[in-house]
Amino acid sequence: MSDLRKLVIDGEEHELDPNLTVLQACEVAGKEIPRFCYHERLSIAGNCRMCLIEAVGAPKPMASCAMQVKDLRGGPEGQPPAIKTNSPLVKQAREGVMEFLLINHPLDCPICDQGGECDLQDQAMAYGADFSRFNEAKRSMDEINLGPLIKTHMTRCIQCTRCVRFATEIAGVPEMGCTGRGEDAEIVSYLDSALTSEMQGNVIDLCPVGALTSRPYAFNARPWELCKTETIDVMDALGSNIRIDAKGTEVMRVMPLNHDGVNEEWISDKARFACDGLARQRLDQPYVRKDGKLTAASWDEAFAAVREKVSGIAPEKIAALAGDLVSTEAMFALKALMTQIGSANVDCRQDRAKLPAGNRSAWLFNSTIEGIEDADAILLIGTNPRKESPVLNARIRKAWLTGVEVGMIGEAVDLTYDTHHVGMGGESLSAIKDSVFYKDVLSKAERPLVILGAAATARDDGEAVLGASMALAESLGGQFSMLHTAAARVGGLEVNCLPGEDGRDTDGILVGAASGAVEVVYLLGADEIDMETLGQAFVIYQGHHGDAGAHRADVILPAAAYTEQSGIFVNTEGRPQMAYRAAFPLGEAKEDWAIIRALSERLGEPLPFDSIDQLRAKMFEQFPHLQTINAITPAEWRAAPTGTVDEAPFVCPIDDFYMTNPIARASETMAECSRLAREKTSALAAE
Amino acid sequence: MSFDFLTDKDRIFTNLYGMKDRSLKGVKARGHWDGTGAILAKGRDWIVQEMKDSGLRGRGGAGFPTGLKWSFMPKESDGRPHYLVVNADESEPGTCKDREIMRHDPHTLVEGCLIASFAMGANACYIYIRGEYVREKEALQQAIDEAYEDGLIGKNACGSGFDFDLYLSHGAGAYICGEETALLESLEGKKGMPRLKPPFPANAGLYGNPTTVNNVESIAVVPTILRRGAGWFASFGRERNAGTKVFGISGHVERPCVVEEAMSIPFRDLIEKHCGGVRGGWDNLKAVIPGGSSVPCLTMEQCEDVLMDFDALSALKSGLGTAAVIVMDKDTDIIKAIWRLSKFYKHESCGQCTPCREGTGWMMRVMDRLVAGDAAIEEIDMLQEVTKQVEGHTICALGDAAAWPIQGLIRNFRGEIEERIKAKEAGRVTAALAAE
Repeated sequence: MSDLRKLVIDGEEHELDPNLTVLQACEVAGKEIPRFCYHERLSIAGNCRMCLIEAVGAPKPMASCAMQVKDLRGGPEGQPPAIKTNSPLVKQAREGVMEFLLINHPLDCPICDQGGECDLQDQAMAYGADFSRFNEAKRSMDEINLGPLIKTHMTRCIQCTRCVRFATEIAGVPEMGCTGRGEDAEIVSYLDSALTSEMQGNVIDLCPVGALTSRPYAFNARPWELCKTETIDVMDALGSNIRIDAKGTEVMRVMPLNHDGVNEEWISDKARFACDGLARQRLDQPYVRKDGKLTAASWDEAFAAVREKVSGIAPEKIAALAGDLVSTEAMFALKALMTQIGSANVDCRQDRAKLPAGNRSAWLFNSTIEGIEDADAILLIGTNPRKESPVLNARIRKAWLTGVEVGMIGEAVDLTYDTHHVGMGGESLSAIKDSVFYKDVLSKAERPLVILGAAATARDDGEAVLGASMALAESLGGQFSMLHTAAARVGGLEVNCLPGEDGRDTDGILVGAASGAVEVVYLLGADEIDMETLGQAFVIYQGHHGDAGAHRADVILPAAAYTEQSGIFVNTEGRPQMAYRAAFPLGEAKEDWAIIRALSERLGEPLPFDSIDQLRAKMFEQFPHLQTINAITPAEWRAAPTGTVDEAPFVCPIDDFYMTNPIARASETMAECSRLAREKTSALAAE
Repeated sequence: MSFDFLTDKDRIFTNLYGMKDRSLKGVKARGHWDGTGAILAKGRDWIVQEMKDSGLRGRGGAGFPTGLKWSFMPKESDGRPHYLVVNADESEPGTCKDREIMRHDPHTLVEGCLIASFAMGANACYIYIRGEYVREKEALQQAIDEAYEDGLIGKNACGSGFDFDLYLSHGAGAYICGEETALLESLEGKKGMPRLKPPFPANAGLYGNPTTVNNVESIAVVPTILRRGAGWFASFGRERNAGTKVFGISGHVERPCVVEEAMSIPFRDLIEKHCGGVRGGWDNLKAVIPGGSSVPCLTMEQCEDVLMDFDALSALKSGLGTAAVIVMDKDTDIIKAIWRLSKFYKHESCGQCTPCREGTGWMMRVMDRLVAGDAAIEEIDMLQEVTKQVEGHTICALGDAAAWPIQGLIRNFRGEIEERIKAKEAGRVTAALAAE
C-alpha cells in the first residue's frame, strides 16, 4: 500500500488515500467536520466555509471539503502534513462562520418544519453563541414558486447551492440557479415554476435548513413524533430503500434511505409524495354485489359469496391475475390457492408481457443497477427510463456524464441527457447493425449494455423483441438487462406465479372472460387491465383501493397496502428486499396472504401455512435464492428464441408518470402534479 | 539622503500622458517593438531567468514575483494548450494606472503579451478588459490590429516561427472579475465567481488548461526589461522591491496624477515632486491609503518617512497594492471615507461564500452607524472582531479587502470614532457632521 499518504490529524498519524478530500480523510479518521454545502453525491462548492480546518504551517484556515490530501504540504524537515480539526483557531473560524449564517437567518425554528432535523440548528448547538450582537435589520427574501411538492421559505436559505447542484447534476434539469450578488444573492427557479423533474423532492432532503420543505407534509408533524420504519418502495420496479414515517396509523411522509446498489440516496416524487393516497379511496371492509350494487358485508358473507360461486363451476373456468404492488408471498399464496382449486389459469403479468417462465436471464436487469456505471455504451430499447424509473434514469445520466454514449430505440423523448435516436420501433431493432450508432459506438464498446423495457415485450411480437434484444447483447459480448415497471413483477416471475400446464395467461384469461369460457376472475390487486374485457365473469377483487378492479368487482376482499404488511419485493435486478409494516391495515382489511389462506379454508382444504413465517419457509424451500435478502443471485444466461419483429413503434407504457397505480391515483398531490405536467405539455404543444 | 528621481531616459512608458503618437509608427520611433524577434530567439528559459533576475513583482496588488509565477507553468505541454491571460479589469477604487498604459501606450502591452506568451508556450493570450474602459478598449484593439498587420503578432510573429494570437475580451464591470479565477470564469462565459484553489490556474486555469494571469503593468514592462537587461531594472528601488512603478495619486493633493517613478521613493517626495504637495501643506495631511482601496490607511506620522514599496508598507501593516495613493487632508471625514469603501465591497461581493456575503453587509451597516455616531463604544471592538471573522476565511481575497480598510481605520483613528459616539450621546454636533 505504498500509494497511501501519511497525514497527522489532531496529533494522530493516519495513512490515507491521497485522492481523498481532507474532509473525507477526517471522516475516515473518525473526526467529524461540520458542513452545509458539501454533499458526497454533488460537486464541491466550498462556499459555506463551515468545514474550515487548520493546516499546520498554513497562514489561514482552509476549507477541508475542497482540499485533497495530496495537496497538503508537509513540514520543513520532511514531516508528514499535519492538520488540526479542534484547535482554537478552527473553533474560532467556525464560530465566526456560524455567526454569519445566523445573522440573517430568521429565528423561526418553532414554526419551521425543518425543526428537529435541521443541520443549521444542530450545528448551532455546537458552534453558535447564545446571544446575538447583530443589531441591524435582518434580510428577507421573496418566496419562489417550486410547485405543489416543495414549500419554500427563502429567507431561511443559506445559499449552500445544494439544490442548484442537484437539479443541474443529478436530475439533469438546469432550472435552478443563483441570481444576484453579495447579500442579495438568491436561489431562484427558471421562470419561477416547478422543476420538470420526476425526482425534485430530493432537494427537500438536501436542503440543510428549512428553506425547501415538503409542501404536502407542511405543519403535519414533528420528526420526534414519528414512528420510523425502514422499508421498500413499490411505485416502480427499482425497489428504492425508503423510510416511512408514521404518526399513529397514518403515514405522514416517505424519505429515501441510502443504498449504493439501488437508489443511492434518491427517490422519485411518486415514491415520496404518493403516500397521501394511502388515506383516500381505501377499502376498509368487505363488499358483496347484491342486485347490481356493492353492499357492505362481513368477511363471512364475502367468503360465503365466493364459495357459492366457485364451488359450482369447473376449476378451468376459474382464473386469477396478480397486480403490480403485491408482495412475493401473496403471489406465492395465490398460485398455491389456484393449484389447490385445480386451475392453471394464473398470471402475474397483467401487462401481457411475454416473459418466459424459468429463464431468469430474460427478465432480470442482469448488469445490476450499479453495473450501469461500468458500461461504456448503452442502448435503450422500448423504454423511457425517465418515466419508468426516474432514479435509475439518474444512474444512466451519471454514466453519460462520464462520457458513455446512449442510444435509444423508441419514442424520441428527453431523458435529461443526450441520446442517439436510432429509430422508433421494431424495424430499427431488426436493422440495428446498419445504424450509425451501432457502427460508431456499440460495436466498438467493450462493455455495452442493452436495456429492454418490459413493456416492449407486451406486444404480439413480444417474444421476438426479447429474443432479438438478447441476441444483440450476446453478439456484442455485452450485458442484457430488462427494466420492469411494476414492483411485483420480478417477484411473481421468481415464484412462478404464471400459468400452469394448459393454463391461460393474461391474454387467455381476458379472452376467456369475454367469451364466457372463464366465469370467475380473481384479481389480486390487478387494476391495470381493461375491466370491460372481463365480460360477464364473476370478479373477486382483493386489494386496498377503490380503483378500477373494485368498481368492477362482485366481491371485494379488503387488503393491506404495502405500508401495512410485511413482504418481500424482488426488484428489477432480482434483488429480494424485505418490506416491513409501518402502519396497521385500515378497518377490517387484512394482510394479503392471510386473506388467501382464510379463503382456502372456506373453499375446502386450508393452505399448508398458518403464519407468514411458515409461508416464507415453504416459499424458500421451492425458491431458495429469495432467502438471501438484499443479495442478487445472478441468472444463468439462456438466450430467448428469436423471431420476426414487427415494424410497429415502441410505445411507453406510462402515459402519466404520476398516475400509474391505485395509490398514486388516489393521491391529491399526484393529481396536482399530473395536472401541472399536462398543462406544461399542452403549453409546449401550443407554441 | 535625497532620492534619485527617475529620469525620462529610464521611463518605460514614454507616452503615459498621451501627448505623443500612440500608433505603431510612433511607438517604433520611441524604441518599442525593437528587436522583439531577437529577444524571442534567445529562448524561453533565458526570458524566464531574466525576468526572475529583474526582481519584478506582480503589479496587480499581491506582489508575487512575476518570473517565478511564469516558471510554474509546465515546461512541456501535455497536449493541452497553455494560455496567458492579462488582467485588465482594473477596478480597484483609486487605481487608474493600467488605463493610462492601455489608452496611451497600448503597444507596450501588446509586445509584452507576445513575449510573455512565448516564454510560457502559450499560443493564445486573452486580455480581459474592464467593462467601463470603452475608449481604452478601442485604443488597445487598434494597437492589436496594427501589430497583426505588421506581422508582429499572428502567424510567425516577428519572424520567430512562433504563432501567436491575441484576443481582447470586454468585461461587464464587476469588481470581482478582477480576481484571477473569477476572471477566468467570466472569460469562459460563466458568472464571475472565484474558484477554489487548488487547483491553481497554472495547472487548471482557462478551460481547464495551464494558465497564467498577469496584471497589465507586469506584462507591459517586460519588453523594456528584456531590452535593457534585468540589471537595469533591478537597479531601481530597494532589494526585493526592484524596478520602476506607475503610481496613481488622487485625493487632496494639488495636482493628482499618474506617474512612473522608481520603487522605494519616499512618500513625501512622491507627493511633493509630482503632485505639488498636499492641499494646504504637509501639516494638513490626515491619512493616506497607499495602495488602492483594499489596503489599510496610514496616518500622517506614518507617512512622514515611509518608502513606497512592498516591504516598507507591509511593515506598517498596510501594503503597496496597486500603488494607487489616495491622499486625505484634515477636512476629510475619515469614517465616512472608509464607510464608502465598505459600501463598495458590500456591493461587489459575489455572494458565493458565507463570511463575505454576510460579513460585508454587516460591516457596512455598523459603519453606517459609526458615521453618525449612533453606536456604542463596544461596537468598535465588535466590528474589529467581525472583520477578523471575515479575513482569511473566504474563497478569494475580497473578504480580506473588505476587512482591511476597517481594521486600518480602527487601528489609526479609533479616537475619532469614539469621540463621535460620545458626542452623539451628549447631543453635541461634531465638526464633520456640521459640515454636511
